Amino acid sequence: MDLKDLYQEIILDHGKNPRNLGKFDNYNKDAKGNNPLCGDNVHVYLRLNENKKVEDIAFEGHGCAISMASASIMTDMVRGKEEKEVKEIVTDFLGMIKEKDSLETNILKDDEKTKLMSLSGVKQYPMRVKCATLSWHTLTSALDNSDQIVKTEE
Amino acid sequence: MNIDDIKREFPIFDDKIQNNDLVYLDSANSSQKPRVVVDRIYDFYTKEFSNVGRSVHYLAVAATNLYEQTRVSVQKYINAKDKDEIVFTKGATEAINLVANTFGQKYLSEGDEVLLTELEHHSNYVPWHFLRKAKNIKIEFAEINDNGEVTLEAIEKKITNKTKIISVSHLSNVTGAILPIKEIVQLAHSKNIPVLIDGCQGAPHLKLDMQDIDCDFYAISGHKMYGPTGIGILYAKKKWLDDLPPYQGGGGMINEVKKEGITYGELPNKYEAGTMATAQVIAFNESIKFMEKIGIQNIEKHEKKLLDYGLEKLRKNNSVNIIGNPKEKGGVISFTIEGVHPHDIATILDEDGVAIRAGHHCCQILHDKLNLPATARASFGVYNTKDDIDKLDEAINKCKKIFNL
Repeated sequence: MDLKDLYQEIILDHGKNPRNLGKFDNYNKDAKGNNPLCGDNVHVYLRLNENKKVEDIAFEGHGCAISMASASIMTDMVRGKEEKEVKEIVTDFLGMIKEKDSLETNILKDDEKTKLMSLSGVKQYPMRVKCATLSWHTLTSALDNSDQIVKTEE
Repeated sequence: MNIDDIKREFPIFDDKIQNNDLVYLDSANSSQKPRVVVDRIYDFYTKEFSNVGRSVHYLAVAATNLYEQTRVSVQKYINAKDKDEIVFTKGATEAINLVANTFGQKYLSEGDEVLLTELEHHSNYVPWHFLRKAKNIKIEFAEINDNGEVTLEAIEKKITNKTKIISVSHLSNVTGAILPIKEIVQLAHSKNIPVLIDGCQGAPHLKLDMQDIDCDFYAISGHKMYGPTGIGILYAKKKWLDDLPPYQGGGGMINEVKKEGITYGELPNKYEAGTMATAQVIAFNESIKFMEKIGIQNIEKHEKKLLDYGLEKLRKNNSVNIIGNPKEKGGVISFTIEGVHPHDIATILDEDGVAIRAGHHCCQILHDKLNLPATARASFGVYNTKDDIDKLDEAINKCKKIFNL
């Protein structure tokens, strides 16, 4: 195990200055995720347009460098993608964190894959895997609650 | 007492853990086990095993005697009046659940109040919450002050004529605050309110005298007292154990069982249904002997020295923020580092063999009040040394370096 694999520069950067942190007004899907063991939480907000494309995405919450960086990188990565593509990226990412050596999807460019692979260091730290995956599961749950009342007018 | 000699009695420190000497600073979570305790479990299973309290063959009688010897040892250790006031449970959690369940059944009804404090562990809140759901009782929380302590006045402020029981920690597992339990009991008794003390963090570190404290109930966790997991103790005044209904039903706790009805056994069997954690109870006697041999006053003194040294050291470390500043404090230091989440602290410290805990330590009410989602916590046991604290300090510095602080 090497701490440098876990706390790569990109993780520290995104952990310290998370992108897309906050909430925007006209989101139409959202979900909350909790990590009851450590008290971390995340709330993902996104707006799908009529073509099922992620027009905007942001998150609120607090957590460790890994969970904040993961949410930050994730939100950067799925903006502008279609729902179907987002789901493929999520499955690919979770598969990589769980067992696969690399990312297989063709949706992501090589530099995007490199960015995501910076989170693969958690594989050596089983207790920290959930820190990296929390926001991704929350994103899935936001997408799947399609019957939810649209909240844009609130 | 010589700490090096004491430390050698704990086999966990014999070998390297992940290529590091173990710096174990998580005793408030669970303590390590001395060889005598581990050996006792092995010996019991290999040479003396039988179930207790049922059969009349030689092994059964011998095992029953050993099991009951632990009861007497515990009684003496905490200076209870009667050995029947000692009930074995699977842990302090079960001890508190036992009281909440049986006392709640008999004495609590809609609108009644249970008084806790804001620094309670979840195990002294959730069992009462069950009653809030089932019986519509109210739960009140005595507030902590800025030092992270709960004063007698804070308790008094929340007592009403609806308060039916007060249940408070002896020693906070987060701020380390030692509560004025004797005064709380006196105050409560002057209003005819019984008191339960959650002694999880008190029993391993402080001298206990049940007759002096005069509390009605006191919950103890065996695995935090250098004992095995799976054993806890409920001390309860005999009048309560006679008065309250049984907790779990099963073998061993009955007097007579007929199709028409059942009568229950005498104390202490009434509250010990089914086959208990026999080996653990018997081995727990060795934990008591181990602590008696060192002397609880010596343990207290040693841990106080470590605490003072640790507080001094960490206060000097920039960007370390220590949670709470109670006047009476046990060997617990919870802290945060500006700019580093506690989980990252714990992972980085672990790389150097420094084992601490990070999270809300099962005290979400307290962390909400402090407006912190999580803290890092170093807690001491009899085997810790100043060297351990130096290593903690060094590892914290490494943490700051990784995060460019």
